[in-house]
Amino acid sequence: MEISVTVNGVVHTADVEPRTLLVQYVREHVGLTGTNIGCDTSSCGACSLHLNGEAVKSCTVLAVQADGQELTTIEGLADADGTLHPMQQAFQDNHGLQCGYCTPGMVMAATSLLKENPNPTEREVRIGLEGNLCRCTGYHNIVQSVLAAAGGAQ
Amino acid sequence: MIPAAFDYVRAGSAEEAISLIGEHGEDAKFLAGGHSLLPLMKLRLAQPTVLVDIGRVNDLSYINDAGDHIAIGALTRHMDIENSDLLRQHVPLLAHAASHVGDPQVRHRGTLGGTIAHADPASDLPATTLALGATYVAQGPNGTREIAAADFYEGFLTSALAPDEMLTEIRVPKMNGAGWSFQKFNRRAQDWAIVGVAAWSGDAGSGVGLVNMGSVPILATDVSEALASGASIDDAAEQANAQTDPQADINASVEYRQHLARVLVKRALTEAAG
Repeated sequence: MEISVTVNGVVHTADVEPRTLLVQYVREHVGLTGTNIGCDTSSCGACSLHLNGEAVKSCTVLAVQADGQELTTIEGLADADGTLHPMQQAFQDNHGLQCGYCTPGMVMAATSLLKENPNPTEREVRIGLEGNLCRCTGYHNIVQSVLAAAGGAQ
Repeated sequence: MIPAAFDYVRAGSAEEAISLIGEHGEDAKFLAGGHSLLPLMKLRLAQPTVLVDIGRVNDLSYINDAGDHIAIGALTRHMDIENSDLLRQHVPLLAHAASHVGDPQVRHRGTLGGTIAHADPASDLPATTLALGATYVAQGPNGTREIAAADFYEGFLTSALAPDEMLTEIRVPKMNGAGWSFQKFNRRAQDWAIVGVAAWSGDAGSGVGLVNMGSVPILATDVSEALASGASIDDAAEQANAQTDPQADINASVEYRQHLARVLVKRALTEAAG
């Protein structure tokens, strides 16, 4: 089935099998490998990206469901000149990552969270990121990063 | 994990969806948000030959005040239920329970109609709507019919829906200020409940729904009857397991689930009365 998906502002057209998962489509058809596959069972959140501006787990969405829709991946956050998105900058400033595997999903979930709740409390950040697992258990600095990004956006 | 191959068709309306599902036979399935169906397909526990995508039937996404009840379109997402001012005012138990489904990413995709049609006894909202005395509206080739939540769940992942029927609306009675509580016991934030309880109590009586205490979501009418006949909350909660048939799994033995049900029903009724 032919689908057209706007990925980070650019329209991509591809012929995919209906069973193609959105994360496969993004990695293998569009060629953007910043979105990681973790558990592949909609638990860990490593594959989080934005579908029409909201974080979703792309291992549990079919590419055909995104036909005609807009995606933003981790590659789409920074400016064209390389200036990091405030959330990315906050993760860097606050050492919000250890091994880095969960980071793209964390950043995409966190930006979606701040869109819905621009000034979260620490508890709201922790609850808002319940769908993202960090196997380094580096949650403390991740939460600090999100709070810093929220503060910077004020 | 990749699902087995299937054909995909997208419906623009409920009528078109029902016609397509009829055309493709019993191995066709409706796809709404996909957050129950796609994981099963990835594990190949489900292998439909055709998916009829109803995810873009936008006129089935709404939350309306219908007088004595709130009418919710079957394709309304958990996130929209959680954030609905109308539901927070009139059916706060449902709005709150929706905020405990999965995690934000899941709630951006999963729908109320989807989780009810999937009929998973471990899901939060089937038992919650059951406790609230909801009525479900199903549409088929010959029109619509109403099904009481209490008559809907027939077995594990099995409901009263015919293969060519789809849920279109969920009607939830207004709570009129009744007290309520939602208790969900799990090991990790985003998990299914090991045991969950959705309860309300007030002038109109009480309702207690049990999550993951049998092959179907359970309406603990024995608890409500005990309360109605004047039993204390402690004594009524002792009836929590009268209608249950829980399974043992990696998280809990049968005995532990029964213990949790008693404790959580007691907590829920106490909070609802408070």
